[in-house]
Amino acid sequence: MNPNLNRLRRSMMFLNAQKPSLIKDPYIYKPDSIMLDLEDAVAENQKDAARYSLYHALKEIDYRGVERVVRINGLETAHWKEDVRVCVAGRCDSIRISKTESAADVLAVQAEMEKAEEEFGVEKGSILLMAALESTKGILNAYEICTASPLLFGVALSGGDYTKDLQTKITGTGVELAGARQSMIIAARAAGKQCFDTVFTNLDDMEGFRKEVEMIKAMGYDGKSIVNPRQIAVTHEVFTPSQKEIIFAEKVVKEVDEKKAKGIGVFTVDGKMIDIAFYPGAVRTINMAKAAGVYEGDL
Amino acid sequence: MEVTSTAMAGTLESSDCQVTVEPGTGIDLSIESSVINQYGKAIKKTILETLERLEVKDAKVTVVDKGALDCTLKARVEGAVFRASGYTEDAICAGKKLPWGGAIQ
Amino acid sequence: MINAVGRDIPQEIIDATGMKPFAGAFARHNETYTKAAPTVRAIIDPREDKMVGSIAEVLKKCGIKDGMTLSFHHHFREGDYVVNMVMEEVHKMGIKDITICASSLGKAHNPLLPMIEDGTITNIQSSGVRGKIGEAISTGKLKGLAIMRSHGGRVRAIESGDVHIDIAFIGAPTCDKYGNMRANGGKSDCGVLSYAYVDAQYADKVVAITDTLVPYPNLPASISQVNVDYVVEVDEIGNPAKIATGAAKPTTDVRKIMMADYCTQFVINTPYFKDGFSYQTGVGGASIASTISLGKIMKERGIKMGLALGGIAGPMCKLLEEGLIEKIVDTQDFDLTAIQSVATNPNHFEITGSEYANPMNKGAYVNQLDFVILASLEVDVNFNCNVVVGSDGMITGAQGGHPDTAAGAKCTIVIAPLLQGRIPAICDECTAITTPGETVDVVITDYGIAINPRRQDLIECMKGTKLPICTIEELRDKAYAIVGKPEPVKFGDRVVGVIESRDGTIIDVVRQIKDYEWDD
Repeated sequence: MNPNLNRLRRSMMFLNAQKPSLIKDPYIYKPDSIMLDLEDAVAENQKDAARYSLYHALKEIDYRGVERVVRINGLETAHWKEDVRVCVAGRCDSIRISKTESAADVLAVQAEMEKAEEEFGVEKGSILLMAALESTKGILNAYEICTASPLLFGVALSGGDYTKDLQTKITGTGVELAGARQSMIIAARAAGKQCFDTVFTNLDDMEGFRKEVEMIKAMGYDGKSIVNPRQIAVTHEVFTPSQKEIIFAEKVVKEVDEKKAKGIGVFTVDGKMIDIAFYPGAVRTINMAKAAGVYEGDL
Repeated sequence: MEVTSTAMAGTLESSDCQVTVEPGTGIDLSIESSVINQYGKAIKKTILETLERLEVKDAKVTVVDKGALDCTLKARVEGAVFRASGYTEDAICAGKKLPWGGAIQ
Repeated sequence: MINAVGRDIPQEIIDATGMKPFAGAFARHNETYTKAAPTVRAIIDPREDKMVGSIAEVLKKCGIKDGMTLSFHHHFREGDYVVNMVMEEVHKMGIKDITICASSLGKAHNPLLPMIEDGTITNIQSSGVRGKIGEAISTGKLKGLAIMRSHGGRVRAIESGDVHIDIAFIGAPTCDKYGNMRANGGKSDCGVLSYAYVDAQYADKVVAITDTLVPYPNLPASISQVNVDYVVEVDEIGNPAKIATGAAKPTTDVRKIMMADYCTQFVINTPYFKDGFSYQTGVGGASIASTISLGKIMKERGIKMGLALGGIAGPMCKLLEEGLIEKIVDTQDFDLTAIQSVATNPNHFEITGSEYANPMNKGAYVNQLDFVILASLEVDVNFNCNVVVGSDGMITGAQGGHPDTAAGAKCTIVIAPLLQGRIPAICDECTAITTPGETVDVVITDYGIAINPRRQDLIECMKGTKLPICTIEELRDKAYAIVGKPEPVKFGDRVVGVIESRDGTIIDVVRQIKDYEWDD
């Protein structure tokens, strides 16, 4: 299994793959993932130029462990197949499929990716996929999309296009996205995949942004799409477990490990009934704390 | 690659460079750069190596650099050369495959 | 001759200027000397009217002639009209070989270019130059030598007689008919007149130029009538929009905020961060952001700043109002908030350039600094800084108080993004040296923080913090790994400028720029 499947992805920051000043050193801002964009950020007459820029960035810039996701052009365009080739040739970490509407879309990209892996001698399964859901159809097919491929690590909502399809717009209240957000996270969790929220474009409204991140975290989301480095710190802060949560998770992990060895199934931590079902959540909390640099224990 | 038309790639934004390629005889290279004093030689080397990899023998190449890193210099030369040699986006979409990892590296 | 920061100072420059090579930041400590003095024309007769109708007339009254040294201040920053206004008249009179001795010059003074080209101006002494004047010097158009001095160094040079000012022209936001000048009020309010004070004391002739004549006596005066020969009223001495900007929005550049946070974390982890500490910072985005983030922590911990020094901007004044600073001691105002504050807040004081930074008086304010937060174009692996010469070899910047505060402060912190486009800020060798590395303690970049190995105490303090501490060589290597190792700029032979250390020795020279030559 690709070790990146379930890596931490609290913040996925969009960058125009064609802008040298942006792609030069975004790792400074410490996002979990960058999304090098070949799609909407790149003008129609620069699609080719963006690929050369992307290729050399992938090959020559040391992104210092930040995941390199590439957003390719939609399957309804003529650009996407060459996009997949350059992604594979440049050995990105993951490909984000735009405007995904069905399992067939995922499989089409996967097939093209496998062809390219063959062509460029890249190990099969080393590059992952994620799907952006940008239409009502995509949302309705969320579960089928999530389960289409073992290489698909998650789905992301693209709120702008989705609300257009819904014949409304981003209102700032979140009401227009409520259904999609719920459907997606339910489908993603049912399929055992990660789930990411759409962008928040008003850079001056940091309070509104924080509230939205708190909300999607409460909904179960794994992370947020980011349009500016200003949004990273807040996102990570929201996704950073509190000391209380960390201490509890630590006890759960240690107790489960110990009790499991002794064959005990149910026990108590801090007066709370605990069983093995608490274990994955506790591990997630510890991992999250480690990523945030606030974990000081020995796990 | 045979340069058959004039094409340009890149911008004049900071950290970018603009490369123009035109049909010509031999390699006729001119470089203007905001960091010429510190990186003139390095820029020239990268441009010439990229042209060589692309097997461009005859072309007039004009580079206006605004402090681009090597990866960007290469990308812009490739962008201009491929555009000037029949690899338009339309041709690429129609199935003309780019030599990633071959002439492009 | 190789000086104490390893720069080769040509013998002919040592001979021509009579200056000595730099021998260390504190080499002249304890030296005694006799101050220079102006030649004064006594005004005994009370009927004498100091008001003069025009600049041309006052030039004649002052006996303007070839080869004179004229001085100016830079409190109007890029909004200054005074230098150009005076020099235009000098030019019209056909005067030649003028030495301009300004506390600083900027792009506002681009109109001096033809006067440099035709020999009206042949020498320039300034904190620094930008724009066309910088280009003119670097390309060899100035016939004589440019001398770049720090704010403290300029005062020292004037007081010790290294430079003698024939006529000082002092733009005054308000002035009365007898020459009492204030920086507050008027159309071109600039807050303080700190750097003009020494000119008034040491120039043979002192001319006040104002656009706001006020009733006598204009008190409290920054510059007193006893030092002023003439007063000229003109329509405008400056462009207020360029003298002081409105309240700048705090930066949203995450990189700058990150460096500012590093800086604040560094500051609070030193032993100097305690009640009553003294602090100075610049006005760059990262500096302002660090003032704001430091303010938050001071509030949380109940620690007050005893002294905020130097060039002042709004965020510092806000801390004063909130009671987090005891006193602001000011030499330059960068925005309207600062100008307002110095005029109204009793704990916000104006001081002179000598009090601020002169290394050869009996102790300047900079000597009492705990922290100074500075910027730099380049820092070399020995912590030497360059704030005057661009990495392309062109003179474009000013020493300001950089070397003065660095030498004075217990903890000197330089903030610089590791890369400006392709140019690395941390390098093997600076294009020029303005501030000796022995006075620079910490360099903060977006890629990590380097502490000067001379400061083992600070290195020790930072152990156990989460700050990304590394060596300066590691920073350089990180930079070079990304952008490649730069070639050193190739200069021509002619020395066009001297970078004077604050103590009057030569820390570096600047040579004429040369067109880039390809090897083949």
